[in-house]
Amino acid sequence: MNITFLLNGETVELRDISPTTTVLDWLREQRGLTGTKEGCNEGDCGACTVMARTPDGPWAAQNACIMLLPHLHGREIRTVEGVAAPDGTLHPVQSAMIEHHGSQCGFCTPGFITSMAAAHANGAQDHNDKLAGNLCRCTGYAPIARAAEAAAAAPVPAHLAGRSSLSTQPQPAIPESADALAALYAAHPSATLIAGATDVGLWITKKLADLDDTIFLHRVSDLNFVTVTDTEIRIGATTPIAALREAIAPHHPSLAELFRRYGSEQVRAAATIGGNIANGSPIGDSPPALIALGATLHLRHGETRRSLPLEDFFIDYGKQDRAPGEFVDAVSFPRQPDTLRCYKLSKRFDQDISAVCGCFNITVENGTVTAARIAFGGMAATPKRAAATEAALIGSPWEETSIARAKTAMTTDYQPLSDMRASADYRMTAAQNMLQRYWLESTGTATSVLEVQP
Amino acid sequence: MSVAKPLPHDAAPLHVTGQARYVDDIPTPANTLHLAFGTSAHARASITALDLAAVRAAPGVIAVLTADDLPAANDVSPSAHDEPLLAEGEVYYIGQPIFLVVATSHLAARKAARLATVTYAEKPALLTIDDAMAANSRFEDGPREYTRGDLAAGWAQAATTVEGSIELGGQEHFYLEGQAALALPQEGGDMVVHSSTQHPTEIQHKVAEALGVPMNAVRVEIRRMGGGFGGKESQGNALACACAVVARLTGRPAKMRYDRDDDMMITGKRHDFRIDYRAGVDAQGKLVAVEFDQLCRCGWAQDLSLPVADRAMLHADNAYFIPAVRITSHRLKTHTQSATAYRGFGGPQGMVGIERVMDHLAAELGCDPLVLRQKNFYASGGRYLEQENEQVAPSTAGVEEDLTSRGAVATGEPDKVVAVPVGAQTTPYGQAVVDSVAHELVAALCEKADYAGRRAAVERWNAENAVLKRGLALTPVKFGISFTLTHLNQAGALVHVYQDGSIHMNHGGTEMGQGLFQKVAQVAASRFGVPLERVKITATDTGKVPNTSATAASSGSDLNGMAVAAACDEIKARIAAFLAEVHQADPAEVRFEGDAVLVGADVIPWEKAVAEAYVGRVSLSATGFYKTPSISWDRIKGEGRPFFYFAYGAALTEVVVDTLTGENRMLRVDILHDAGTSLNPALDIGQVEGGFIQGAGWLTTEELVWDNTGRLTTHAPSTYKIPACSDRPPVFNVALWPNANREPTIYRSKAVGEPPFMLGISALMALSDACAACGPHYPALEAPATAEHVLEAIGRARAGESG
Repeated sequence: MNITFLLNGETVELRDISPTTTVLDWLREQRGLTGTKEGCNEGDCGACTVMARTPDGPWAAQNACIMLLPHLHGREIRTVEGVAAPDGTLHPVQSAMIEHHGSQCGFCTPGFITSMAAAHANGAQDHNDKLAGNLCRCTGYAPIARAAEAAAAAPVPAHLAGRSSLSTQPQPAIPESADALAALYAAHPSATLIAGATDVGLWITKKLADLDDTIFLHRVSDLNFVTVTDTEIRIGATTPIAALREAIAPHHPSLAELFRRYGSEQVRAAATIGGNIANGSPIGDSPPALIALGATLHLRHGETRRSLPLEDFFIDYGKQDRAPGEFVDAVSFPRQPDTLRCYKLSKRFDQDISAVCGCFNITVENGTVTAARIAFGGMAATPKRAAATEAALIGSPWEETSIARAKTAMTTDYQPLSDMRASADYRMTAAQNMLQRYWLESTGTATSVLEVQP
Repeated sequence: MSVAKPLPHDAAPLHVTGQARYVDDIPTPANTLHLAFGTSAHARASITALDLAAVRAAPGVIAVLTADDLPAANDVSPSAHDEPLLAEGEVYYIGQPIFLVVATSHLAARKAARLATVTYAEKPALLTIDDAMAANSRFEDGPREYTRGDLAAGWAQAATTVEGSIELGGQEHFYLEGQAALALPQEGGDMVVHSSTQHPTEIQHKVAEALGVPMNAVRVEIRRMGGGFGGKESQGNALACACAVVARLTGRPAKMRYDRDDDMMITGKRHDFRIDYRAGVDAQGKLVAVEFDQLCRCGWAQDLSLPVADRAMLHADNAYFIPAVRITSHRLKTHTQSATAYRGFGGPQGMVGIERVMDHLAAELGCDPLVLRQKNFYASGGRYLEQENEQVAPSTAGVEEDLTSRGAVATGEPDKVVAVPVGAQTTPYGQAVVDSVAHELVAALCEKADYAGRRAAVERWNAENAVLKRGLALTPVKFGISFTLTHLNQAGALVHVYQDGSIHMNHGGTEMGQGLFQKVAQVAASRFGVPLERVKITATDTGKVPNTSATAASSGSDLNGMAVAAACDEIKARIAAFLAEVHQADPAEVRFEGDAVLVGADVIPWEKAVAEAYVGRVSLSATGFYKTPSISWDRIKGEGRPFFYFAYGAALTEVVVDTLTGENRMLRVDILHDAGTSLNPALDIGQVEGGFIQGAGWLTTEELVWDNTGRLTTHAPSTYKIPACSDRPPVFNVALWPNANREPTIYRSKAVGEPPFMLGISALMALSDACAACGPHYPALEAPATAEHVLEAIGRARAGESG
């Protein structure tokens, strides 16, 4: 595989690359750009953050440790060494970090600088969200946030504001359309599909897997869409979570809020909805929400397409209803009045995997529950609907005694496990109380610690 | 004068541009080898067979070493020689290094390390505090005990008593830069080692042992670490020794860095504790008797556990006078990672014990915990007479000891006990507390942060809100400053003034982000009266300053600032004497200020003065040395003055808790902290803010979980959650308390590395307060107060309800 990309303003062409070499290793070991740091090698700490964009897209922060060389094809990246202007003038976020004492040991600082520069280029003000994927152990973040605020008003430096041009040659293992992907994957059904690599990247960096046959999905542009019609919302498989979060906000704000806490800025820019579904994790955050919305999954193998209710795709732990050579094409759900609430429970609010993710979509008409779709992540070996809970609710009056009955019914829906995130008992109690929370919210009771002001 | 200016970190421009160089960033020769450990899969087992054929055959592998292949000592312990670099037939925890892979790349070494076939005969493993207590598995022959006062009489006076227990989790350092070392072989068997370490002399010592050479054959250098927090006081030994051994055996440079998961599986963490307590107050709410049993899980090797456990005992009083007290400490040996130094070094755990007691007693009394706390603070400072204290010589220890490690044992005559001023309140270990500012500082914080108004507002909120409860807590910190191993309280410096007037400054302290180098450079610039730009900060190097103590115990600026000042003053004296003679003036009247030397009426620009001194054949290079005066400590008896002084602070934290799930967050934090006369207020505030958040993280979201086989299951940031950006409180007011150190420290400043960490205890106590608002019973909140533990505590407060 040959790739072409822009690195700190210069065109780089690499021939015969190993497709599983991480961008971080390449930058540090081959290119000598050691400003980009390895902190965790799994996309959780942000020390390796680089700025990345497609020629027509905005700058986004990305984790270089789980970004693979093929991801660079047709893209432009800037490392911390390329954030200052070519004449050495510091970027406003760099000056502000010095002035506000935003670095102590300095090891996380390059990642903060690149995250902040990407956010700055996009005029972002939500610094906590933009920096949720960058861990700092020294400062307690206060001076970093001050620096981000101080730099916000400064103009975007010319070298980051302008557009670059780049011409690339198509690469067989980096298909650029769904049709090309379908043909390629049908011919190589044992290949590993890699979209954002926020999961597969860890197979490489942590499990040390040798992936011989890979297909990269990030340039399959005709699967990167969210279409909203009068009857349905349809999401293409390669749509990044970041884009989906924005698109879904007007329709289902609680899901957008769930996506705000999904991974981090870096992860949301890379991770795709298709990957989050297809990897079949019992603790992925989008499946319970989509199941609660009544989503249909659309699969494709060559020219053959089929659709199934999303909950049926998850057969068992590590087992999905997907044939070799078949891939997730899209997911869709009907337009509906917004009664969806998503509750993500994790040790840390931001950038943490859910211990329990409960998604509730309950319709109450004239004081009676007429429909209920409830699904959980973290409560079973797959993302799973709460059938007994739903049954206990439907037809019941929307009142506390019904909630209590449904909470009892929930114990027949799930037998959760104990692990490092939570005990089984706590998972069950919290899941039951999430239903209580949904009811309390409908009565106007304040229940979110995130909404309390000092 | 540059001292006391809020200057940025000296390396900040390098940090923000990616130019700051860490060990793994140093350009290496092309033939550099890369190392990885193969580690134990069982907590306690004998290795019955070790088949490394597949490892040796893996791509890129140059060699695989086992204990038998090591050229000299197989030991990386900083204390009891009980920690082999590579296991010798027996393994004692999951993650223990068994063999060492030498390969052409980091990735090749990691991949190969997984290919070994190790056959184990499993043995019963002791994993928990209860396991170890049941088996009487411990370090030292029995528990240590410090007692003071008449406990029986104390209990007889007690009007209200409480009894309970708190579980306190450990803490992963999560320095962003993992452990790393690079060894470069030199001619004649010498070795240069770059190590990400807080303790270069310890690295030098262990590498010399591993190579079987004297310490003068090993030079260790460290410009900066990407965070340390105690985790690089002894835990870098293994990597440095491994690299040096491979460099010796192959003649090629060798580098090793742990992947994050390996780092978390292999290295030690903060000690977890269970503290059982019983405490009583008289009818006036004054503490009359307190008894603590501190059960401390040390892991498999001794490392620094004894002084850590000692310091936990030494902070069992925090800021409170306890007339009758017993503190018993069990140092338990378990088959888990060997717990090690971590910011506060046991102090935080000891302090949580007494803060829990105050919280529990207040609940029992039905009073505001702050009122109870204030009633029991040590009396405000006064009446300190310095001449009562004689300086004592450091103890002499046996030559076999690891003298510069905190794991060393003082084997000489016990130091002379320092006299206690008449009438002073003393700590449980007999040190007079003559510098307490707890009363004044807490009163000021209450005023500034409107404690009373906010207490009332929290009560109103809790009356009006069924689901979300708020909590508020103000806790003090009194932290003892000095190494408790007295002889470590020394430091050296080396200062050169070059003929062009530029200054090269070196000392034994290491830079891990705390801003030590900048503070000490400010001292040097102030001493010479020159702009800071004249002072070049250089890497810590055992070839420049020998026999250094770890940069630990918050001692960095106190010790090294003084040593650098001494070196500067020596050079100044020589220049002054020379210029006075030339200019026919009194040397005592020569002044160094404004980038010039003032001799009588003559103002000689600095560069010119230096050039004249050089031409006049004046030595412009000097070493400096400092040892902390007035300290003395007998750790077995638990008597003396282990600390030169105490640093104080207080934090008021407000939280909100969701009683449905236990989810919680901080809403506002107000801090006043005593950094003495700050050498650099900006850097000190940075330590306070960062220390608070790290302390709060320890007590809230940071949970280490071992499974029932002894495997750490939280070995990456995906599962181990340090605070993220949004976890800091939206309102975060931090200020320094102006309080010149009454002891003659460098410019009357105070150490600031560790003390603010313990301000985070206010977060735990605020959560306890919110839980207590849910019901009539004491919630007995465990730490870390994860959402799960908070929900459990709410259940206990309500009692009988499931939560």
